[in-house]
Amino acid sequence: MGVLSRGFRRGRRDRSDGRLPPGQYDVGDDFPVLSAGPTPHTPLSRWDLSIDDETGRRVRWTWEEFRALPREPITVDLHCVTTWSKFDTRWEGVAIDTLLQDVETDTGFVLARCDGGYTTNVPLEDLIDGRAWVVDTYAGEPLAPEHGGPARLLVPHLYLWKSAKWLRGLTLLDHDEPGFWETFGYHNYGDPWREQRYSGD
Amino acid sequence: MARAAVQRRLTWRSATVLDNRAETPRVHRLVLDVPDWPGHLPGQHVVVRLTAEDGYVAQRSYSLASPPEVPELHLTVERLDGGEVSPYLTEEVRRDDILELRGPIGGYFVWSAAADRADGEHGRRPVQLVAGGSGVAPFLAMVDHHRRQDSSTPLRLLYSTRTQADVLGRDVIGGTTTVTLTREVPADWRGETGRVDADMLARCTFPVADRPRIFVCGSTPFVESVAATLIDLGHDPSWIRLERYGNSGEAS
Amino acid sequence: MTDTDNRRDLVAARRLDGNAAAGPLADLFAVDLTEARSHCASCGTTAMLGAHHLYADSPALVLRCPSCTEVVLRFAAQEGRLLLDLRGSQLLVVPVPNGEDGPA
Repeated sequence: MGVLSRGFRRGRRDRSDGRLPPGQYDVGDDFPVLSAGPTPHTPLSRWDLSIDDETGRRVRWTWEEFRALPREPITVDLHCVTTWSKFDTRWEGVAIDTLLQDVETDTGFVLARCDGGYTTNVPLEDLIDGRAWVVDTYAGEPLAPEHGGPARLLVPHLYLWKSAKWLRGLTLLDHDEPGFWETFGYHNYGDPWREQRYSGD
Repeated sequence: MARAAVQRRLTWRSATVLDNRAETPRVHRLVLDVPDWPGHLPGQHVVVRLTAEDGYVAQRSYSLASPPEVPELHLTVERLDGGEVSPYLTEEVRRDDILELRGPIGGYFVWSAAADRADGEHGRRPVQLVAGGSGVAPFLAMVDHHRRQDSSTPLRLLYSTRTQADVLGRDVIGGTTTVTLTREVPADWRGETGRVDADMLARCTFPVADRPRIFVCGSTPFVESVAATLIDLGHDPSWIRLERYGNSGEAS
Repeated sequence: MTDTDNRRDLVAARRLDGNAAAGPLADLFAVDLTEARSHCASCGTTAMLGAHHLYADSPALVLRCPSCTEVVLRFAAQEGRLLLDLRGSQLLVVPVPNGEDGPA
């Protein structure tokens, strides 16, 4: 350990209601913007969202088609691997269950693909049964580009790097395909309650 | 030899605080004593590491505001509201406290008189410094060093800051510095006013024909705007070096 | 669509230069990498690492090519280990001091 700095303490908030996973702190009203690259700016006229199954069949929505899908409000807590958590965040979007309605698959793995090249992998069972959404609205406003707009994946029971920003597609695979951070020493699954931050945790 | 130089740069050293004084309303100057400091080049920075009692560690980079000729190390720290480290370094730290730091770091954003004397090809080209706010810190080291070394390299600093009270390094910036105030201008102000734009750069900095070596430092938006404007004016991008301090509004 | 022109891009505002990676990289490299020249594996551009674009907020340092913005280098300090991914650099040419004493 380094030399103790007299009078220095972390400026971080704790919570006592059991909603803070181990090693996290409550970031309060702030919503940190963290990115591994420049913000993509895809015009809505060129945006689409697609789901490719393991045979290569594709289901696709334009922005207008996506906006016309059944949607719901979502209020969840977010947990970022960089240790901040944000509580009761309000979103609006389409459940992955809805997007998968016309998709038949035997596979168990999904790779999320995004503008800018970011990818992340999630087991299919972690995206269905009401566990995940594609969201385009935050706190009642259109999702800002720096937070992943026009639309991002939202998988709140896993660390926030799994909630891929600037989502453009989900690819269903018969094998696990580690994504951008998973190929760089971060945990393949990422459960904040078991503090699965890094590979080997 | 080379390994010894490497060892020194990697080692965390204890710095004793000699002074912590408010230099402007938002910025404090920390004066540190680091025994066996190996010396540094103007423009380099150090990393300061703070350790709390519970083991929590925070690290931040600070440009060295003092030239290598001055034995103590000077850091200028801007207090950012809601920050974790800057309120501690500005409001809590006092004389005789110990801070851990590592350095000097960075060979990309440096200028020295000796390098110019040794460099026959580029050493006579003028040096233009452009600073936004607390981004002036590495340039204070360069300007002070330039004067102490009696360097013949033409050197100018264009320094943008909010108000006259926010000007850092008054004892050092001297006659080769143009200050522009962007927020509040005193009635008797004779200097520039307003943001650094193409017109001000054309009037107050070395012209393109002089082929200056340019350094720009400040918040990321400032640096990007100035760099883009310099390139539009015709300066060669390969002779423009940038040091972005990140979002100026970000708590640190 | 959110009006991106009127909003300051918070991600771009937080982007740093490769120069700021020099401190963390000193945990791994014996020499200063900021003046090292990297040949981008994606577009072939050669530039000093100090001039690369640094994204330092996300779980690791990500250095991107100033020309094509593809990832050149990723570096992370985790508990008990350091990680380095240099796949985005085809070649790194690092100037080293001759061995005389003095500032690095």
